[in-house]
Amino acid sequence: MVSLSFLFGVTLFLAVIGFFAGRAKATSSVNGNFRLLQALPKAYGQTVLFSTLIPASLLLFGWAFVVRILGPDFAVLPDFVFQGLVIAIATIGAGVSYHLIKPSHRARAISERWIMGLLIAASALAIVTTIGIVLSMLSESANFFRQHSWTDFFFGAVWAPNFRGGSELSILPLLWGTLYISLISLIVAVPIGLFAAIYMSEYAGTRLRSVAKPAIEILAGIPTIVYGLFALITVGPMLRDFFAQPLGLGSSSSSVMTAGLVMGVMLIPFVSSLSDDIINAVPQAMRDGSLGLGATKSETIRQVVVPAALPGIVGAVLLAASRAIGETMIVVLGAGAAARFDLNPFEAMTTVTVKIVSQLTGDTDFASPETLVAFALGLSLFVITLGLNIVALVIVRKYREQYE
Amino acid sequence: MTAHSTKKHGSLLVKDARTQRRNNAELWFRAYGLTAVIVGILALVVLLVSIFSNGISAFQQTKLMITLELPEAKLDQKGQRDLDVMKKVTTIAYSKILGNGLIDQLDRLGIATDLKDKDVREILSKESAATLRDVVLADPSLIGTTVTMEFLVNGRIDGYFKGRVDRASAELDKNVKPGQLDIADALTEHGLMYTQFNLDFILAPDASDQRPEAAGLGVAILGSIYMMLVVLFVALPVGVAASIYLEEFAPKNRLTDVIEVNISNLAAVPSIVYGILGLAIFINMAQFNQSSPLVGGLVLTLMTLPRIIIPARAALKSVPPSIRDAALGVGASRMQTVFHHVLPLAAPGILTGVIIGLGQALGETAPLLLIGMVAFVREYPAAFTADAGLFGEASTALPVQVFNWTQRADPAFVERASGAIIVLLVFLLIMNALAIFLRRRYERRW
Repeated sequence: MVSLSFLFGVTLFLAVIGFFAGRAKATSSVNGNFRLLQALPKAYGQTVLFSTLIPASLLLFGWAFVVRILGPDFAVLPDFVFQGLVIAIATIGAGVSYHLIKPSHRARAISERWIMGLLIAASALAIVTTIGIVLSMLSESANFFRQHSWTDFFFGAVWAPNFRGGSELSILPLLWGTLYISLISLIVAVPIGLFAAIYMSEYAGTRLRSVAKPAIEILAGIPTIVYGLFALITVGPMLRDFFAQPLGLGSSSSSVMTAGLVMGVMLIPFVSSLSDDIINAVPQAMRDGSLGLGATKSETIRQVVVPAALPGIVGAVLLAASRAIGETMIVVLGAGAAARFDLNPFEAMTTVTVKIVSQLTGDTDFASPETLVAFALGLSLFVITLGLNIVALVIVRKYREQYE
Repeated sequence: MTAHSTKKHGSLLVKDARTQRRNNAELWFRAYGLTAVIVGILALVVLLVSIFSNGISAFQQTKLMITLELPEAKLDQKGQRDLDVMKKVTTIAYSKILGNGLIDQLDRLGIATDLKDKDVREILSKESAATLRDVVLADPSLIGTTVTMEFLVNGRIDGYFKGRVDRASAELDKNVKPGQLDIADALTEHGLMYTQFNLDFILAPDASDQRPEAAGLGVAILGSIYMMLVVLFVALPVGVAASIYLEEFAPKNRLTDVIEVNISNLAAVPSIVYGILGLAIFINMAQFNQSSPLVGGLVLTLMTLPRIIIPARAALKSVPPSIRDAALGVGASRMQTVFHHVLPLAAPGILTGVIIGLGQALGETAPLLLIGMVAFVREYPAAFTADAGLFGEASTALPVQVFNWTQRADPAFVERASGAIIVLLVFLLIMNALAIFLRRRYERRW
C-alpha cells in the first residue's frame, strides 16, 4: 500500500485548494458585495473543505484499519483501485460542494453540520474504547476457556503454569494476594487520608495548609513506578531487616506488607482529596447548629459531619479499593511472584496484575492457555473494578444530590 | 438555691471532670489530624530523599585518562585505511590494545601492583573498547599515533568513588579486587582518574547487563517524547471535541447518559487493562510493530482521553451562561458561540487539564510493558521510516527503562534506575509548573 500519509497529503491538498476556490467563487458570485451572501465567504470555503476531506479520509483510514485487522488477504481491491477511489471521492466531494455554491446557499449551517458530526464522532470514541476493551478480552478469554476448564480457573486452589502443558491456573490464590495487599493499603490510607482531610479543612491555619496541601497533591502526581522503586530499594529491605527477620517471620524483602504500605502511601492523597470534597459538601448550617448547641469542634465532626458525609466517604473508600486492586507497578516491584494462600504479611505473595504482566511479557505464544489466561485475569480485573466503581459512583452521586 | 446550684455545677472558671474530658478529647482529635498530615508530608520527604540519595550519583561518572599508542600492525595491517577492512578488526583487538595501554601507563607512572594483567585490564569498562573503536573508525588518521583519551571505568570502580564499594566489600566481591582499588587511588593522585558530570546518562542508549556504567536514557527519552507527541496530537483534539459536544450540544437523553457514565468509568479502569487492549487490538489484530512508540502512544491516548475530557468539561462549564447569551443575542450561531467565545475563555483550564493528563501518561508503565516496550533497544528510533511508518521503530520509554533496570542483577543499576526517576520527575515538574503557570496567568474567575 502506498503510504497512507501520501494519500492523505493529496486529499488534504485538494481540500485546501477547494477551500480557497470555494471562498473565491462565493466572493465573485456577488462581485465582492458580501451582504448579498447567506454566510461569510469563508463558510463557503469550509463546506468545500469538509466535504472533500472528511468522506475521503474516513474511507482511507477506515479501510486501512479494516485491512490491517483482517489481514492482507482481505484486501479484495487492488491498491491502485483503492487509491483511485479515495482520490475520486475527494474530487467528487470537492466538485459537488463547489458546484453548489451560490449566494443563497446556506453554507454556515452546512459546514456547522459537518463540525457537529466530528464532535459526535469524538465523543462516540469513548464507547468504542469500552467496546474494544470488552470485546478484545472476551474473545481471548473465550479462547482460553476452550482450552482450560473454567472450574479450575474460578474454583481451583493452585496457580502453577507449566509451559509443557498440564498447568493449574486458578485465580483464587492471586485474588487472595490482591485483596490482602489492598486491605493493608486501605488500613494505611483511609485513616491517614481521612484525618488529613478533616484536619486541613476544619482545623489547619492558612500557613500549614499552604504547605501541606501542595505536598499531598505532589504525592498524587508521582508515577507509580516511583513508588514501586521506593518499595523495592527502601521499604522492602527496611521491613525485612527491622521487622521480618528479627521476628522470624521471613527473609524476603518483597512482601505483602511492603507493597501494602507503599500502596497505602500512594492512596493517601486520593482518599484525602475525595474526602475533602465530600466534607466540604456538608452544609455549614449543620456545623453551626451543632456548635451552637455547645458541642466542641471534634464532637461536631464526629457526631454530625462524618455521619452526614458517611455515604460519600464509603464511596471514596470503594474508589480507593478499586485503585488498589488494579495497581500494577507497586506490586510488580514490591510484592513478589509466589502465588500462595498465607496470612503472614511478611511473606512474598502475588496479585492478579503481577501475573498479567508476567504471562504477557517475554516470548509469548498466543495459542497456549498459559498466555491466554492473562486475558481471563484481565477480564476478571475489569469486572471487579468496574463493579466497585459503579457502586461508588452511584453512592457518591446520590450523596451529592442530597445536599444540593 | 444559689448555694445548691454552685455546688452542682461549680464555677465557670473551674472545669469539672466532664468538661475536662471533652476538652482532652478535642485535643486528642486535633493531634490525630495533625499526625495524619505530618505522616503524609513525611512519606513524601522519605520517598524523595530515598530516590535522590540513590540516584543523584548517576549524573556523575568516573573516567580514566589513558595515553596510548594505536599500532598500525594491529588495527590496519594493510595500511590502506580502507574502512571496510578496518571494520573487520573487532573490539577484542581494541580491548587488548587498550588494556596494554593502561598497563604501560601504570609502568610509566611507577604504580606498582601485584595484580595479574587481566585484572588490571578489568579496571576499564567493557564499553571502552567499543568507544576506542568508534573513535578510530571515525578518524583513521589516528592510527600509528599516540593519543590521550578518556575512557569509562568498570561499574565497581565507579561505585568505589561513589561510596557503593569499599575495600571490605571488595574482598567478598568476585567482580572487583582490592588491588584494583589501590590502582584507582594511585591514578586519582596523578589526576588521571576523576569523576565528572555524566551527560551520557541522559543522551546515550541503554547498555547490556555487564556494563551499567555505560547505560543511558537517550532511547527512552526519545521514545517518551514520541509517545507524548502522539498523545498530544490525538488526545487533545479528540478530547476537546468530545467535551464540547457533551457540555454544549448533547441533548439530555439515554445515549448521552451512557456516554457520560462510560467516560467516568473509563477514567477509573486500571491502566493495565489498556495494555491488554493495545496488545489484543493494535498488535495481535492490526499487526502494528511491537514496542513502537505509535502503539504506545495510541494506548496512552485511549487511557488519557477520559482524564482530559473530565477537566475540559469542568472548564467549559465554568464559563458563565451570560457569555453564551450575549453571543447568541447578537446573532452568532451556537457553533460560533462555542468556538469564538466559550472555547477561548475555557482554553487555559482545558490546557491545564491536558498537561496534567500528559504528565500521567508520561509516568505510566504497566500498559507499555504489555505491548513490548521492555525490549532492549540500542538504536535511536527514527520518527519516520519508509518501512516502519510514523513512529514505528522499536523504542523504550522512560518509566519502562526504570522497570527494566530494576530487573538486572548488578547493583549499579539501582543507581541508574533512581537517576532515571529523577529525570522523569524533572520532566513532570516542568509540565506541572507550566500547568500552574497557565492557571495563574490566564484563568479567569467569574
